[in-house]
Amino acid sequence: MAENNASFVRHELIKEQVPPVSQRGVVKWVSENLISSPFNVIMTLLSLWIIYSIIVNSAPWFINGIWDAKSVRECYDILDGVSGACFAVLKERFPQLIYGFKYPPTEYWRPNTAVVLLLAALAPVLFRKLPQQLLGFSAIYPFLAYWLIWGGTPLVPVIAFLGLAFGIYCFRRFSARSFAFGVVIAVIAASLFWVLGGYLSEANGTFLALEAVPSRDMGGLMLNLLLGTIACSISIPLGVILALGRQSNMPIIKWICVIFIEFIRGVPLITLLFVANVILAFFFPPDTSIDLILRVIIMMTFFNSAYIAEVVRGGLAALPTGQYEAANSLGLDYAQSMRLIILPQALKISIPGIVNVSVGMLKDTTLVSIISMFDLVGMIRGPILATSEWNGVYWELFGCAAAIFFVICFSVSKYSQWLERQLETSNR
Amino acid sequence: MSTSISTERETFRLSMLLNDKRYRSYTFQFFALLVLICIIAYLGKNLVENLAKAGLNISYGFLEDPAGYDINQRLIEYNSQSSHLRAAFVGVLNTLLVAFLGCIMATVLGVTAGILRLSNNWIVAKLMTIYVEIFRNVPILIWILIISSIFMGVLPQPRAFRGENPEATMLWDMFAFTGRGVYTPGPIFFEGSLVVIGTFLLSIVSIFAFRRYARRKLYSEGKVIKTSWISLLLFFIPTIIVFYALGSPIGLEYPELKGFNFKGGIYARGSLISLWFALSIYTGAFIAEVVRAGIQSVDKGQTEAAAALGLRSNFIMNLVVLPQALRVIIPPMISFYLNITKNSSLALAVGYMDITSTLGGITLNQTGRAIEAVLLLMLFYLAISLSISAVMNVYNRSVMLKER
Repeated sequence: MAENNASFVRHELIKEQVPPVSQRGVVKWVSENLISSPFNVIMTLLSLWIIYSIIVNSAPWFINGIWDAKSVRECYDILDGVSGACFAVLKERFPQLIYGFKYPPTEYWRPNTAVVLLLAALAPVLFRKLPQQLLGFSAIYPFLAYWLIWGGTPLVPVIAFLGLAFGIYCFRRFSARSFAFGVVIAVIAASLFWVLGGYLSEANGTFLALEAVPSRDMGGLMLNLLLGTIACSISIPLGVILALGRQSNMPIIKWICVIFIEFIRGVPLITLLFVANVILAFFFPPDTSIDLILRVIIMMTFFNSAYIAEVVRGGLAALPTGQYEAANSLGLDYAQSMRLIILPQALKISIPGIVNVSVGMLKDTTLVSIISMFDLVGMIRGPILATSEWNGVYWELFGCAAAIFFVICFSVSKYSQWLERQLETSNR
Repeated sequence: MSTSISTERETFRLSMLLNDKRYRSYTFQFFALLVLICIIAYLGKNLVENLAKAGLNISYGFLEDPAGYDINQRLIEYNSQSSHLRAAFVGVLNTLLVAFLGCIMATVLGVTAGILRLSNNWIVAKLMTIYVEIFRNVPILIWILIISSIFMGVLPQPRAFRGENPEATMLWDMFAFTGRGVYTPGPIFFEGSLVVIGTFLLSIVSIFAFRRYARRKLYSEGKVIKTSWISLLLFFIPTIIVFYALGSPIGLEYPELKGFNFKGGIYARGSLISLWFALSIYTGAFIAEVVRAGIQSVDKGQTEAAAALGLRSNFIMNLVVLPQALRVIIPPMISFYLNITKNSSLALAVGYMDITSTLGGITLNQTGRAIEAVLLLMLFYLAISLSISAVMNVYNRSVMLKER
């Protein structure tokens, strides 16, 4: 083509220009997000005012907070009329808030170790990318934690663990013939082991023993975590069994499960705690005394398992019928098809729901303060607020309790969302 | 082939109970039932032995005895000479009252927060996220205690309203917010008030009838009748006319400061108010999440399709988006209402006399009838839960996608 030499024709491209000020950066963001319409402007101003008033009212309270004082009166003297928090109570009563007021102070390292090890034991369960050999430690953990927290001779948990391992070995060995046969043999073997081992541990009660701490001495946040983790970990398998029972086509088994689940879900947890507190003892053989913490764990486990059963039922129902039919057509029996085909998929769907229920359970452990157990809230309401030194410091104490629960529950729910995303992408 | 099957059926062996799929389920169920019966019998035996040992029996006669304690917040007549049954009934009404109020306020809060979380306004959306996360992740018991301590600590006591230059004043001379509770004007009914209420109810019925008529007109003749203005007029005019024609038969009684406390009007105790607030703010955070998820669950294509059909934006919302969102929103919403009812049992922590505090609290402690009281308590909550879930099942069936 002929070159165009006319002077009014441009020969080179104009350089790309930056967008006008109103269409980029902060200005664009503000105009789109904060002041796009009159209503939006009002909302923005309103929110800014709310944020401002919260900061103005609470900042001095935090900044002037007193960390060193012996009583609330001393706090007020130091503050001298200025608005300020009395955080000294948290500092002075910290051990009480965490461990309760009876746990021997020299033994605080035991629950601490148990919590650290709990994180280590949970890690391979929570994050599948970690080496799965670590799951072995997770299996040992409950027995180790029992020894650390309750103390006594380590023979008891060791025998409990070995009995369980022996039972599982027997199950592996005999379940090839039939699932039910394997289970029966395993149960018999494990019970035999425990009974025989019981004599051994009773005879050597002081072997390597830590100072024994009775259950009623547990308290504070430790009690919440204890109740929460135990109830959750027992109720997950129980909930799965209940969900399977509810889906079963054997009417009697189905109706037992339906009645159990609907009954538990229909009543508030507090009534179940009343049962644990005043009624459950009537159902145990006379002359046995089961301590309150165990009774509460039983009721909380029932409560949680009913809710987990409903979540798992949702997961089972979400599976296409083709999966069940495929398992049947491969000639798998009920136990095999559930274990190998149905449950892995159904549980994967219901993991977020199970995590939500478990977070709810952890929050609900605070209700035990109503039946006068001294968990975190119970410690605050009872032994701390009732003393003359710290009478009336509601905000600091309840705020601290709220913050602790927020950190735990929020991180767990974030984990659950993360897991949901992980599982979602793996399906694509 | 058929002959071989029939011969197999004839030779029934005992091992078939375990190995044959046809009979195995009977074996399992038989054993399950057996185990269940054994467990129940064992527990029952323990119960009987323990009761005999403690010299107790199971009897509901205590419900007739005078309760001997006072209930300060009540909807029906009650005094300390009334029976335990009546006290329980007062408690039931109080439970239903706080649950009802809580459901309304939680819905309002939750729907507002849920919609605002989807707002384009970044600050508003973030604020609502903070609200939802903070309230969802902290136990409700802690919220109840915090809110009740705010209520008692921040609001002025009734004595602050006294004197020439009181520290606190009533809002519009009608509402008094005190640390002991909230006093609001209450209605007094004179003669003829029934007519006014009747007219009001009639006008509401007629609004529905009118809207129905308008819709039928639209479907049969294609005629659009403006319903909004006429409904509004129907709502107000007849009642107001009857009200003044009869000489204002419904009046308001204002709370007045008498001595150390307010008298007259409606008095809601601080425990009720703080429980109500805590329940609704806590549950509102959960409802907000459900509402948000429900609105987001409606595919964007639905809105676009409706717009392509030429529907206006309010029709798009009412006829296309909301019906589909509600299908997702309502079932969890109802279970949250149930949760409010069940969580209202935490009234025990702030001293509000609901059924758990009367029957499961004071009555239980005074009479020592633990088994009976807790059983009645559970039956009450169970009855509420089961009836609500029955309603929910009916609803679910009616909105289920009709698959053919």
